[in-house]
Amino acid sequence: MDSTDVIYNGLKNAGINFIVSVPCANLKKLLNLIDDDDDIKHVPVTREEEGFGICAGAYMGGMKPAILMQNSGLGNSVNVLASLNKLYNFPILMIISHRGTFGEGVYGQIPMSKATTKVLDSLDIIYHKVDNPNDAEEIVEKAWNLSKISEEPIALLFDINYWKRSVNDEKI
Amino acid sequence: MMKRYDAIKRIVESTDDEFIISNIGFPSRELFGIKDRKNTFYMSGSMGMATPIGLGLSLALEQNQDDRKVIVIDGDGSLLMNFGELVTVYAQNPSNLIIALIDNEAYGSTGSQETYASRINLSNIAKSIGFNEVYYIDAKNSVDDIDMQDYVNKKGPVFLHIKVNPGNSDAPIIDLTPSKIKNRFMKQIHE
Repeated sequence: MDSTDVIYNGLKNAGINFIVSVPCANLKKLLNLIDDDDDIKHVPVTREEEGFGICAGAYMGGMKPAILMQNSGLGNSVNVLASLNKLYNFPILMIISHRGTFGEGVYGQIPMSKATTKVLDSLDIIYHKVDNPNDAEEIVEKAWNLSKISEEPIALLFDINYWKRSVNDEKI
Repeated sequence: MMKRYDAIKRIVESTDDEFIISNIGFPSRELFGIKDRKNTFYMSGSMGMATPIGLGLSLALEQNQDDRKVIVIDGDGSLLMNFGELVTVYAQNPSNLIIALIDNEAYGSTGSQETYASRINLSNIAKSIGFNEVYYIDAKNSVDDIDMQDYVNKKGPVFLHIKVNPGNSDAPIIDLTPSKIKNRFMKQIHE
């Protein structure tokens, strides 16, 4: 069990069965787990914005949708989040690899990193920073449940250090 | 001189119980004015998202062994805004999705500013992406050739390219809330 397995378990416990994605290096293992899971329909997309549209349609068709993305993709998705998800009340669980946080080596990640929570606040989207892998399984399930009953998108942010922590690490 | 309104009228008149996802702005308003149906989802606000919404619904219906069909009424300006979506549709290969692209070479809802669709051939692009079912109807002078029943039983995805002249009709505002549009549409799917 590592910090990715617990997110996957949370998705399974929540009953998520439809996932769109734009990859991030930190989502690599999670994407593989989902690809190997016959009970989850995985749709790689060309742009996150498109992914939100696809998930809205899939939700209307009875699926439980999530998106796996990097925080940079939030910038690509501002209008669809406001004018589709929020306007029509479409739920979706957003699993976001938050790049540009402590430990980042790519300077290009930093501007959107700083903008990320402000963009979410501007859109009035509930978000939660998940630091401890020991909590992740439960948080992922609760986040979907909240998204479902509120009919709103909910974002979970996993920073660079999250992926390096191990489950049951007492130092956290 | 046939315009978008005339093409939409033919589309909805030749549609049976298929689900329709309709595009932002005047296309949805014109469709609403011609014939309001509970199994039409009127999209407002998120330009370029009609085809992705249709794709998501198509894939969900396939996952649930539901053999009903999805028709997206999209536009050239909207398609150009999110061109990658055509690639995703091709790669996901839903058998139950028909993209009816009404191409008036204009951003119709904002005053008919010309789009680059006037300089390229969108059917050829769909073909070169790999779509097997690509059809072109020149409806600039007559919309009589538009019959959706010709396409709903094709093993899709279908790319139906309909060329018309620019211009809007005197269409009503849609007096349904977004939640009402969504909820009644979902009721049609799940009941």
